[in-house]
Amino acid sequence: MMASSYTAKEEDGHITVSGPGALRSRKPENTAFKQQRLPAWQPILTAGTVLPAFFIIGLLFIPIGIGLFVTSNNIKEFEIDYTGVDASSPCYNCSQSFSWNSSRPCTCSIPFYLEQPYESNVYVYYGLSNFYQNHRRYVKSRDDSQLNGDPKSLMEPSKECEPYAFHENKPIAPCGAIANSMFNDTLELFYNDPNGTKVQILLNTTGIAWWTDKHVKFGNPGGNSPNLTAAFQGTTKPINWRRPVFDLDADEGNNGFINEDFIVWMRTAALPTFRKLYRIINKKSGMVPTLPRGNYSLEVVYNYPVRSFEGRKRMILSTISWMGGEEPLSGHRLHRRGLRVLLPGRRAAARPPQVREQKQQR
Amino acid sequence: MLRRTLNRWLGRDERRVDSRSICVGHRSSSNNEAFIPPKFCDNRIVSSKYTVWNFLPKNLFEQFRRIANFYFLIIFLVQVIVDTPTSPVTSGLPLFFVITVTAIKQGYEDWLRHKADNEVNKYPVTVLEQGRRVRKESEKIKVGDVLEVDEDETFPCDLILLQSSRDDDTCFVTTASLDGESNHKTHYTVPDTEKDLESLNATIECEQPQPDLYKFVGRMHIYKADQEPAVRSLGPENLLLKGSTLKNTQTICGVAIYTGMETKMALNYQGKSQKRSAVEKSINAFLLVYLCILVSKALVCTTLKYVWQNKPGQDEPWYNEKTQREKDTNLYLKMFTDFLSFMVLFNFIIPVSMYVTVEMQKFLGSFFITWDKDFFDPEIKEGALVNTSDLNEELGQVEYVFTDKTGTLTQNNMEFIECCIDGFQYKYQDAGTDLDGFCVTDGPANKVQHKAGREKEELFLRALCLCHTVQVKESPEQGQGQRDGLMDQVDGLGVDGKGLHPPPQEQRGFIASSPDEVALVKGAMRYGFTFLGFESKTMKILTRDNDVERYELLHVLNFDPVRRRMSVIVRSKSGDTLLFCKGADSSIFPRVRQEEVERIRMNVERNATEGYRTLCVAYKYLNAEEYAQADAGLREARLALQDREEKLMAVYNQVETGMSLIGATAVEDRLQEEAAETMEALQGAGMKVWVLTGDKMETAKSTCYACRLFQRNTELLELTVRTLEDGGRRREERLHELLVEYHKKAVQDAPPVKAGVTRAWSSANHDYGFIIDGATLSMVLNSSSESNSSRYKNLFLQICQNCTSVLCCRMAPLQKAQIVKMVKNSKGSPITLSIGDGANDVSMILEAHVGIGIKGKEGRQAVRNSDYAIPKLKHLKKLLLAHGHLYYVRIAHLVQYFFYKNLCFILPQFLYQFFCGYSQQPLYDAAYLTMYNICFTSMPILAYSLLEQHICMEVLLDNATLYRGIAKNGMLRWGPFFYWTLLGVFHGLLFFFGVRYLFGNPALQDNGQVFGNWSYGTIVFTVLVFTVTLKLALDTRHWTWINHFVIWGSLAFYVFFSFFWGGIIWPFLKQQRLYFVFANMLSSVSAWLVIILLILLSLLPEILLVVFRKPRGPHAGQLSQEGLLQTARLHLSHHLPIST
Repeated sequence: MMASSYTAKEEDGHITVSGPGALRSRKPENTAFKQQRLPAWQPILTAGTVLPAFFIIGLLFIPIGIGLFVTSNNIKEFEIDYTGVDASSPCYNCSQSFSWNSSRPCTCSIPFYLEQPYESNVYVYYGLSNFYQNHRRYVKSRDDSQLNGDPKSLMEPSKECEPYAFHENKPIAPCGAIANSMFNDTLELFYNDPNGTKVQILLNTTGIAWWTDKHVKFGNPGGNSPNLTAAFQGTTKPINWRRPVFDLDADEGNNGFINEDFIVWMRTAALPTFRKLYRIINKKSGMVPTLPRGNYSLEVVYNYPVRSFEGRKRMILSTISWMGGEEPLSGHRLHRRGLRVLLPGRRAAARPPQVREQKQQR
Repeated sequence: MLRRTLNRWLGRDERRVDSRSICVGHRSSSNNEAFIPPKFCDNRIVSSKYTVWNFLPKNLFEQFRRIANFYFLIIFLVQVIVDTPTSPVTSGLPLFFVITVTAIKQGYEDWLRHKADNEVNKYPVTVLEQGRRVRKESEKIKVGDVLEVDEDETFPCDLILLQSSRDDDTCFVTTASLDGESNHKTHYTVPDTEKDLESLNATIECEQPQPDLYKFVGRMHIYKADQEPAVRSLGPENLLLKGSTLKNTQTICGVAIYTGMETKMALNYQGKSQKRSAVEKSINAFLLVYLCILVSKALVCTTLKYVWQNKPGQDEPWYNEKTQREKDTNLYLKMFTDFLSFMVLFNFIIPVSMYVTVEMQKFLGSFFITWDKDFFDPEIKEGALVNTSDLNEELGQVEYVFTDKTGTLTQNNMEFIECCIDGFQYKYQDAGTDLDGFCVTDGPANKVQHKAGREKEELFLRALCLCHTVQVKESPEQGQGQRDGLMDQVDGLGVDGKGLHPPPQEQRGFIASSPDEVALVKGAMRYGFTFLGFESKTMKILTRDNDVERYELLHVLNFDPVRRRMSVIVRSKSGDTLLFCKGADSSIFPRVRQEEVERIRMNVERNATEGYRTLCVAYKYLNAEEYAQADAGLREARLALQDREEKLMAVYNQVETGMSLIGATAVEDRLQEEAAETMEALQGAGMKVWVLTGDKMETAKSTCYACRLFQRNTELLELTVRTLEDGGRRREERLHELLVEYHKKAVQDAPPVKAGVTRAWSSANHDYGFIIDGATLSMVLNSSSESNSSRYKNLFLQICQNCTSVLCCRMAPLQKAQIVKMVKNSKGSPITLSIGDGANDVSMILEAHVGIGIKGKEGRQAVRNSDYAIPKLKHLKKLLLAHGHLYYVRIAHLVQYFFYKNLCFILPQFLYQFFCGYSQQPLYDAAYLTMYNICFTSMPILAYSLLEQHICMEVLLDNATLYRGIAKNGMLRWGPFFYWTLLGVFHGLLFFFGVRYLFGNPALQDNGQVFGNWSYGTIVFTVLVFTVTLKLALDTRHWTWINHFVIWGSLAFYVFFSFFWGGIIWPFLKQQRLYFVFANMLSSVSAWLVIILLILLSLLPEILLVVFRKPRGPHAGQLSQEGLLQTARLHLSHHLPIST
């Protein structure tokens, strides 16, 4: 209502700009976009177009399913719970008398029998249950720049590491709850030869952590300097550790922050029941199975307490296929999935009238 | 607004008194020493909302009044204060972005308003100051200033007319932009003011400003040096209103009495309130639901957390000790902060970016309206204009259309179409070769020789030339000369030969109170009888034979709506006294000899059905005795002091009897192009059309017929002053009686309406049309007793809602708004749309949900205050049926999709709490949490919401019924919302537990290495991004290259970003959580399989639903072949979820 006076102006022949939006005396451009006439593909989802797609997807899944079925049948897995909850368990004593400060480690030995030979590489895992590695307070309790070898963070660990940042006024290296609670049981496997001898099985300590973690994400302070002890000068070991970080492994390339056991532990698990890769038993040359069928014993240096939070410890031996370890998602299921994808296709074909009508009218 | 309040507050003292005194020209009267000039507001018009200094606080305040923004602010503050799982940046950044974008947009819009205001306020006017003429800006006008206004200029404020350049101390104005009446009104100068305004010493005492356009009371005291002060009374005839335009008068002088926001025009203007669309209301409702979900999720988690922690060893196992500070914190405080932390963790369920996307969609989407070349009108060289982009989708939800008549439905351009003389039909044809310019078309007897006698013809034409109140417009400079020239011309032609009548004097201006009088006079002119004008009391006409005939005008028996006729009594040169009468058939027929009626009635009825305005013409000879009697009666009645109206009426009725009918005329008020088709389409789309006009009932009614709003079989229910007075009883009683009767007819006896289907104009077997006028409406609305008032209102509303069309005539601008408001607030709060072109429509345009302005002839007021402006009425069809429909579908899908995608985004995060000790551990990395809504999933839906055409435009335009498919917010009701929520829950559960299943053994790589918690989140997130994007792809029915680009592009971007984000050790991050997580994930075959499988599984039900749903719906049969498929698609994609 307001601008009445310039109505008159318009009548005088001067076209005035009025209201919001500039004068649009120009004819709108006749472009496809502006006229909302862009060429468009207008798919019509009808039984006719969708069913073939179903069949194709279904057909695709059948070979995959078969492949999975075959491979997963070849995967073998063996698991021992060595927590020592039952009094009958060999590790019962160790689990009962636990103290962080005990100088003498407690050991126990658990015999087991492999019914099938393990042909290819065998992966040794340790498994923990009811261990909340994914607890928020736990997950964030680390300092990645310290782990990357940053000298500043080494001496001033991040606040996130609290209450595992300083001990006796010295910075903890590596700091944080994750590092502090690193799994420190030692697992050793012995093959009990039928002739009575006990052969220790060689366990490979490398190749268990992500390559990028080991080579990029984690790094020792002082770079490649061979003297790790000097590099960690002024820091203290995590409270629960028995050895300082520069003394984790004799091998230079697997010591300090780039110790693979440590790196594996630092990758926090997704669920409270988890397994972590511990060692790899490499396939022997020739036709000899990696682990022949027979009697074995697991020797445990029992250091890691889990009873206080109702946890469990396991040792797992597993072979691996091209798609990873034995899975809940086994070939059986995927195969069935393939069928299920096929199924509606069949149903649609058996269901004639309305859908057909529509097609005819096109 | 603020300004007004301030002014009111400042002017408190002045307000207290009922009147204001104004010194004309600021010359205070000498005998009043102690006179203090009172303060009045200046002549500034303010329609903008902000100023530079109050923009920031006011805008922020406005923005945080939105519940969503406020909520995000709270979340942000919580994140800043409390230790929360995600950093404040994740919610602060989007919020800042939203606020800034909105502020910029609103600031820009307000800047445009400032610009427009300035244009008005800086418009130059001429002020007379001490005899000098000073050019001033309009805003500087003060009350008491004497202004000079030239012809065709608009008055800058309310003025009292002091002086006119016309000799007779009158001036003509048109109030077209105020009340829509485009005729010229005569206003008078204050009597006895001196010619020399400089020496005029006077004060004006008048009432305080009030909105009624037709009421004004005041007094003017004129002081002369040596005389007693003279007092003149002032009335509305002395008042020139701001917004009206001076016509046919060279220049006038007037004194400003009301300025700026106190002018009657400004008082009739209602404050521009922020309009909110129904979609926004739906969003807010959904938001509340999600807020409840959010709070309950947080509550559940908090409770479970403390239950879980109660078990020994769970709260603080040896490997995960708390800090000292955490241990010291009070338990209840801890619970509370835990609750807040959960809130923050889950807050993404309420999408921040939805508001940005909705804003952007609306803003960008509105460009399609301005770009549409179909809206371009070559005449005014303009296209459509969008003033508010907030209401695009409302265009697809309109249930009631309120339209102005003059200038909107009609072109306000009367044209004489045909006449009927003595039962013979004459249609004018341009080719004037026929002897007298007449040609007979399908008359009763289709033969030339059967025409009415020449005598009758001429009598009829003379009647047309005489029986009116038309004045000839004089061209101010050469009025006399032109007239002489015309005479010469006529004489010249006369020599050439008779039969050739003078060239049509179309350029000749006629001024009349009603445009059809002009049309009649012009019509007569085309047949050879030209009205030349008045000469004191004589009317001059030029006959076919080029003789100038003079008639002495003795009496004018004015038109009034109750009598519905007017008469003149003239004396011809020969001394005969004649009475010519013209009027509506119903008022003429009973007063003429009955044997003449039948022949003409047929013609009149035929004309009326064709939508023409018909008038009947009758005459009678008065002998000396009769005339003397009538003359005496009229004079006596005119002088009566009491009951003058009644007495006059009685005399009129007495005089206008026993006449003989000569003929009838048909005048067409040309409808706007395609007006009828547009109205038909709107009604077909289920909208109810109400015509609100300030015009006369008869005129409006015939327009309604012409626009096919009323059909032949429509039964009209009339509630007007006329019907109220029929009964001869008290109006109140009669009103009550009629309301009850109509209610019975239209509401109670009407068959129950089946879901909008029977509303079609064609299908309903019994249509009702309702007519009400302003006076009656105010009786209905402001009934004396409170209880009656609400009851009447109810009855009235119910009747109206059951009528196909409603016509409200004689409406004041505010009454129009009242009606709109009433309907708007009625049950079910239907969406209303007002369309108009004049300032009289502004209040209703502002009141309705959607206001449409037509870029008509009556100024720019409507356009400026509208939400959308279109050049022609016919564009309304495409605006609503195509644009509105598409906008609605787009935004509804946008909203539902947004809630859906955030539900299945956050549900896994919620479920994860059950597996991480309720520790608020986020499942996804912070980057993913932030980017999900901003980058990964925002572009496809934005493109969809801009480009989607689930049905192509042509089909939408051809099948108006499709509009009903989305009526009543069809896609945003609880049904579809529930469906989408269910889908979101299903997907969320599937994603989480599918991956949970996979992680039963986390050794997923072929080298035996293990995945951690971030891999878990990344797999879920990957499935999520792909699923929601592909879900949208499934819903997209219109794949332009943009859609392809954006959908596949954002998926590619997600993959690229994940590689990039995980490929570098970022120095600014505290934790390198995602380092190579994505790449490692892709190196795992199992992860690939699970991702593909989960995506397929989530989409499977959707695909099946789409495929196996049989097309249904009431329209399927009526549609064309291609339309069928389109409808099927519509129903498949959007309707099936509702019913499943």
